Amino acid sequence: MSGQTALEVIGITKTFPGTRALDDVSLAVRKGEVHAVVGENGAGKSTLMKIIDGIHLPDCGEIRVDEQPIMIRNPQDAQRQGIGFVHQEIALCQHLSVAENVFMADINTGKFPLIPFNRYRAETRKLLDQFHAKIDPSAHVSTLSISNQQIVEIIKALSRQCRILIFDEPTAALTEDETDVLFEIIGKLKSQGISILYITHRMPEIFRLCDRVTILRDGKLIETLNVAETNEVAIVNRMVGRHIEDLYPPKDAAEHEDTVPVLAVENLGSFDRFRDISFTVYPGEILGLTGLVGAGRSEVLKAVCGLYPKTCGEIRLQGKPIEIRGYRDAIRHGIVYLTEDRKSEGLFLRMNVIRNIAAMSLARLISGFLVDRRQEAQLASKHVESTRIRCSSLVQSLESLSGGNQQKVLLSKLLAIEPRVLFLDEPTRGIDVGAKSEIHLLLRNLANSGVAIVMISSDMPEVIGMCDRVVVMYEGTVAGTVRDSDGHLNEETLIHLASGLSVATAPAGPTPVEREEREKG
Amino acid sequence: MLRVRETVFGCKDPEPSMLQLILGRVRTFREGTLILTILVVAVIMSFLSPHFLTVNNIRTTLLSFATNGIVVVGITIVMILGGIDLSVGSTMALSMVVSGRLFLMGMPIWFAIIFGLLAAAMVGVTIGFFVTRVGLSPFITTLAMMGIARGLCFVITQGTPLSLFRMPAEFKNIGLGSVAGIPYGIIIFTIIVVTADFLMRRSRVARLVYYTGSNETAAIYSGVNTKRVKHLVYIICSTMAGLAGILYMSRFSSATPGFGAGLELTAISAAVIGGASLNGGEGTVFGAVLGIALLAVITTSMILLNVSVYWQDLIRGSILLMAVSLDYIRHRH
Repeated sequence: MSGQTALEVIGITKTFPGTRALDDVSLAVRKGEVHAVVGENGAGKSTLMKIIDGIHLPDCGEIRVDEQPIMIRNPQDAQRQGIGFVHQEIALCQHLSVAENVFMADINTGKFPLIPFNRYRAETRKLLDQFHAKIDPSAHVSTLSISNQQIVEIIKALSRQCRILIFDEPTAALTEDETDVLFEIIGKLKSQGISILYITHRMPEIFRLCDRVTILRDGKLIETLNVAETNEVAIVNRMVGRHIEDLYPPKDAAEHEDTVPVLAVENLGSFDRFRDISFTVYPGEILGLTGLVGAGRSEVLKAVCGLYPKTCGEIRLQGKPIEIRGYRDAIRHGIVYLTEDRKSEGLFLRMNVIRNIAAMSLARLISGFLVDRRQEAQLASKHVESTRIRCSSLVQSLESLSGGNQQKVLLSKLLAIEPRVLFLDEPTRGIDVGAKSEIHLLLRNLANSGVAIVMISSDMPEVIGMCDRVVVMYEGTVAGTVRDSDGHLNEETLIHLASGLSVATAPAGPTPVEREEREKG
Repeated sequence: MLRVRETVFGCKDPEPSMLQLILGRVRTFREGTLILTILVVAVIMSFLSPHFLTVNNIRTTLLSFATNGIVVVGITIVMILGGIDLSVGSTMALSMVVSGRLFLMGMPIWFAIIFGLLAAAMVGVTIGFFVTRVGLSPFITTLAMMGIARGLCFVITQGTPLSLFRMPAEFKNIGLGSVAGIPYGIIIFTIIVVTADFLMRRSRVARLVYYTGSNETAAIYSGVNTKRVKHLVYIICSTMAGLAGILYMSRFSSATPGFGAGLELTAISAAVIGGASLNGGEGTVFGAVLGIALLAVITTSMILLNVSVYWQDLIRGSILLMAVSLDYIRHRH
């Protein structure tokens, strides 16, 4: 065997009322290893991590650190054993400074009677410098972007001298650059002999970063594989327990040159957030909108819908100019927007499936001034069936559904108004592989039925696998458009455009920056 | 493999319909618990006091919370919206004082009432303006309005209660009269509760209130004009408080500037005991009415048992804590 075992869990079983979350799961992490844990949502990854971190207690089973059996009853115990946890959901005090957040544990244990702000700030700066992060240690967390908050979260875990670090989907909110930096840091930690448990949904990360991968399904351990000896398809098949032959549905072959676009946006601008945005989308087409986080992608789609202010630009629907003053105008024209943040901006979590799906269609479901509940339930059940939402009943509250099913409910809410143009912002973020491919198929079927789809995604393979054309944005402008049928739709082209570089593989043209300068001069 | 498991395909109505018996309408755990608690208290009391289960006592108990109950209905809707209204007590006094003053200045009482209700509605309009247009928190806004409305009452009356014994008998009859032994106050209250409960369950506008309270951003992203919904709800709540003020004025033939102080806390307690949450999106009118009914039954019981009135606040507070803890523990798993 190569290397000692840093952390071992043996035969862990955990039941919650109604479900067996973990069933006799064992796992060993070697010293200085990056160990991926994958599985669909509900497979038990998070529960297992919470047991290791002492948030949940197992029903039976044993945890060993450095081959010594130990008891972890609460997160403090875990900390004492040198186990750190970078949570997926950001758990920072929004109104305190970065330094105070990073040293929260220190402040809690009360090493110093007064808080040594200068010392904390200096140490935070040192840690931040490792990340090349331009974050001011005395800035309030609430002023930081989500990705910077994530970095603070990671630094917070690093600030305690831990030997085992758990990452729960750390890259979900990070840009490419930040991800690269994170991987570099993880590499450094690894060389210092720190073991890392890395939960992820993203296959490429496993192959780039990890040494071994443990696959869980339905609370059971499926297999632990050496990453070097396996491939993506093998892992995915083990995760879902069935074969997914094609990861993406076949594309639309039609040429649209002669048809009238469903939606044409011209020279859209909004103060200094973005400018000169033009794009068209044809019936039956899936148009990708990509670029780095912060390039202004969401804002563009929101501005078209009237959810974000626009200062100029024209919007034409089926060739006719339309005026959209607020989101309600957009909805009336059949243009809808799926938010990237389903929990805080999309769903009514404590309400049931019916009410969530019917939220935008009430006007059609009324008799007199009352809501016709029979029609409402019928509408919901129709969409539950067609989008294959798995729920035990239509009056189940959304809180109790998995992320994938929640996302399908959100999508159903939009589909219930029978939209002509569907804007999707990260439609498969944070959902498991099975639900993801179901949504992909659903979107392609919608497009085939004539709906025009514009999709924002940071997941490059998804953009390439799903979209017929891709508009790439860079710092508030369109950096270029790539068509699948031209054969240039690949990761390299997209990343080049998204980084503001000219594209080597495409006909040489000026970069957006150069072009802008030329126009000015 | 990918199957929809036993969904309700419209064959069974997901919620029992309105016209079923009272017990058939008990949809939530909270409503059931409250009815049970009230019944248990009633049974115990019927053994402890011969006066408890008399028509007279029941009527007095009902009447004691009927008028405040109207305020509770309004505040419950505000809480479902995710807001709060601390100004209801002052607003109630304001509508009283405005109508009373106008009557004393020679205006016919029925017109005076309309102006009183308008004054109350204006409080709601103002709250709505500051909450939706300026963007202040409802707590701060209504705290301020609580002071402003109360201040107006004292300015209008110069601090002394207005004696209104010259009001026409038809008007006084609203507060004092009864039909078939049932006081008008109880009849009005019942009509308001039944209507409000029905509308809150079934109407489109009420649904928008629940959406807004459940997740405001999601409501905006579903095309709901949340500002208009909020504004409307604050106006409804203030107007209900104003209506309660008018009923009190009719019953007491006077308008007291300090009337209704502390009512907001009783009303909020009742709504919370009845299942409303300070986070919004939850609660029913029926539940809130059961909440205030429970508080009234306990008060009556204490009076009949000769418990000092000084214990009342303590007991109310304890009931509030118990109700909320029970719900919390149940939700935690």
